[in-house]
Amino acid sequence: MFTALFVMTGIALVLGAGLGFAAIKFKVEGDPLVDKIDAILPQTQCGQCGFPGCRPYATAIAGGEAEINQCPPGGEEGIRKLADLLGREFKPLSEEHGVEKPKSVAIIDENTCIGCTLCIQACPVDAIVGAAKQMHTIVAAECTGCELCLAPCPVDCITMEPIAETVDTWKWRYPVFQIAPAALGTARQEA
Amino acid sequence: MLRKLFKFHGGVKPQTNKERSTTAPIAAVPLPDRLVIPLHQAVGGHPRPLVQPGDRVFKGQRIGGADGNLSSAVHASTSGLVRDVAPAVMPHTSGLTTLSVIIEPDGEDRWGELDKVNYRSTPPDELRDFLRDAGVVGLGGAVFPSYLKLKPGKEGKLKTLVINGAECEPFITCDDMLMRERAGDMLKGILAMRHMLQAEEVLIGIEDNKPQAVAAVQAAIAASGQSGIEAVAIPTRYPAGGAKQLIRVLTGIEVPHGRRSTDFGVQCFNVGTAFSIYEALELGRPLISRLVTVAGNVDAPRNYDVLIGTPMDHLVRLAGPRADTDRYIMGGPMMGVRLPAFDVPVVKATNCILVGSEAMFPAPAPEMPCIRCGECAKACPADLAPFELYWFSRSKNFGKAQEYHLFDCIECGCCSFVCPSHIPLVDYYRFSKSEIWAREREKEAADAARDRFEFKNHRQEREKLEKAEKLAAKAAATREKVAADGATAPAAGSDAAPAAKPAPDAAKRALIEAAMEKARQQKAQAAPRNTEQLSPDVQAEIADIEARREIVAKPAASPLPPQDA
Repeated sequence: MFTALFVMTGIALVLGAGLGFAAIKFKVEGDPLVDKIDAILPQTQCGQCGFPGCRPYATAIAGGEAEINQCPPGGEEGIRKLADLLGREFKPLSEEHGVEKPKSVAIIDENTCIGCTLCIQACPVDAIVGAAKQMHTIVAAECTGCELCLAPCPVDCITMEPIAETVDTWKWRYPVFQIAPAALGTARQEA
Repeated sequence: MLRKLFKFHGGVKPQTNKERSTTAPIAAVPLPDRLVIPLHQAVGGHPRPLVQPGDRVFKGQRIGGADGNLSSAVHASTSGLVRDVAPAVMPHTSGLTTLSVIIEPDGEDRWGELDKVNYRSTPPDELRDFLRDAGVVGLGGAVFPSYLKLKPGKEGKLKTLVINGAECEPFITCDDMLMRERAGDMLKGILAMRHMLQAEEVLIGIEDNKPQAVAAVQAAIAASGQSGIEAVAIPTRYPAGGAKQLIRVLTGIEVPHGRRSTDFGVQCFNVGTAFSIYEALELGRPLISRLVTVAGNVDAPRNYDVLIGTPMDHLVRLAGPRADTDRYIMGGPMMGVRLPAFDVPVVKATNCILVGSEAMFPAPAPEMPCIRCGECAKACPADLAPFELYWFSRSKNFGKAQEYHLFDCIECGCCSFVCPSHIPLVDYYRFSKSEIWAREREKEAADAARDRFEFKNHRQEREKLEKAEKLAAKAAATREKVAADGATAPAAGSDAAPAAKPAPDAAKRALIEAAMEKARQQKAQAAPRNTEQLSPDVQAEIADIEARREIVAKPAASPLPPQDA
């Protein structure tokens, strides 16, 4: 009987030591869930969610401090993905945080710009080029459309332009059969 | 010699409809009133315009320079006046515009100076640059720049060069007519490609429903006296003209997912490309025209040698479109795309303009539910499971669709052709593919934005630290200096000060004094110095002025109260 006890205790000790070793050796740095959430967020860094950037918002979601429906640039699709990832219920976008808008870039009206550098300081992704008393301009390819440069501009020379569709970005539409007008008419008559 | 041929999986046998357009020889097209040449024609970048409105251009003059690694040049198709460089509707389903050069022909059709190249004595890199600047792209439909494909693999040579004259799609006969009428010149282009690729053998695959083309090419080969070139008649089965399918039929090699045919020593080119390479190298003529089949709802289907940029309605008028024509399709009935307008220009990708009407191509029957019959999988020449791809595309489950190798789909349309439920399968795949590409672009943009945001935060932190360090270092330096001064000079004074006074207070005062002293010095330095070395005359004048000032100031100060009181 004692033999059995010793054997079991021995196994328990060995396995325990193994697990303890593995816990130290293969320790995961940071929260992998935050990374996964961060990968879904659109990285506009606009702060509309109420957090200073996408990563802090991801951390807040992972910590249960924020809802998943606070990100307007991510839109409905972003919320669905977050709901899928976290096993939460889908919620429509919270209105107090903003509305989903088409993807845009900021454009500086170069005739009005006075070169105050305030927008450069506000831009979270360094997409504005300029210097004090020099005209500023936006690197459109780097602009995330976060609108953070609009408020600080003292002369209101920045506007948001929706990105136009080009041949390179054009997408095939979801195949939907158009219901012929005649069929619609008969349906209405029947109704 | 009887060559052993292989079979590819699947495929269909649609009605070919090729006879009528091959009865008449290739015809020339009268110059249109204006040519619209889109700068973006091939895959890859958007060539930058090299001309401005008002410029006169020669035929064959370069008007768009290659942009980036995947691009090739664009040329003026005739001599004339550049009317405009502006966005114009391009032959694309979207109906979107792209930057185009609009040329008004002067009717002279005058060539500029032409550079010829002897491909045997020119280094391969220079030849490739030459072909890039001659705008030679694949004319089979994919318009991939040819110079990029004319690189032999790692071994420095190729085993088999496959020339694609299969032309499997119904209605289209431009390659057939090219081989019938221009086999000799086409063969010269093939020889140049063979030289560049160091290919051991050349196989020209032609579907066996084009016996005249096979005979013409064989005659040309015999006349040239070259060995190792063979024109092979292959069974007619759509899509035998797909690159992977033709390679399979001719060599038995099945190019697996994610690999290139060059990994197996095979490269494939279209016959039209071979002809344009001949024109570029031996005549110095860039790619400014191509053969286009006009077929479908027209009285006289025929092949035309068309300048790039010719409006399609100008071309179709020659073939006599019937009154009920309501659409143009670029390409054939299987893979073609419906065009947004009638006056879009012919581009390098235009192998056929299929004129259609409601009667000829009635709207497809309504889509019915998939009954899982598996016909599409039997027909798929890429060995895919189309019904699975359909499910995933329909439910927008793009990750799964990619797992089932959506991107190996060549959009040949066999699955839609056989589907008993009339499901427009290819439309779903195209939708899926473009969604996946868009997502990838978004993901890349998001990753870049994240990196830049993190870098900005990092930079701000670093700047803050650096500033703090600088301040700390400066403060330390002053403190040291004061301490050193205090050790000698005020030693006597410190005795007189009350001993109870805390040391830090003294140090602080010393610091303040040092700062004030420094400020005083700076002020003294900043004072105007142009009064130091003056001539006696000027000095006397200044003294005079000062004296007058005093006189003026004294009486003014006493009787008058200050102005602001």
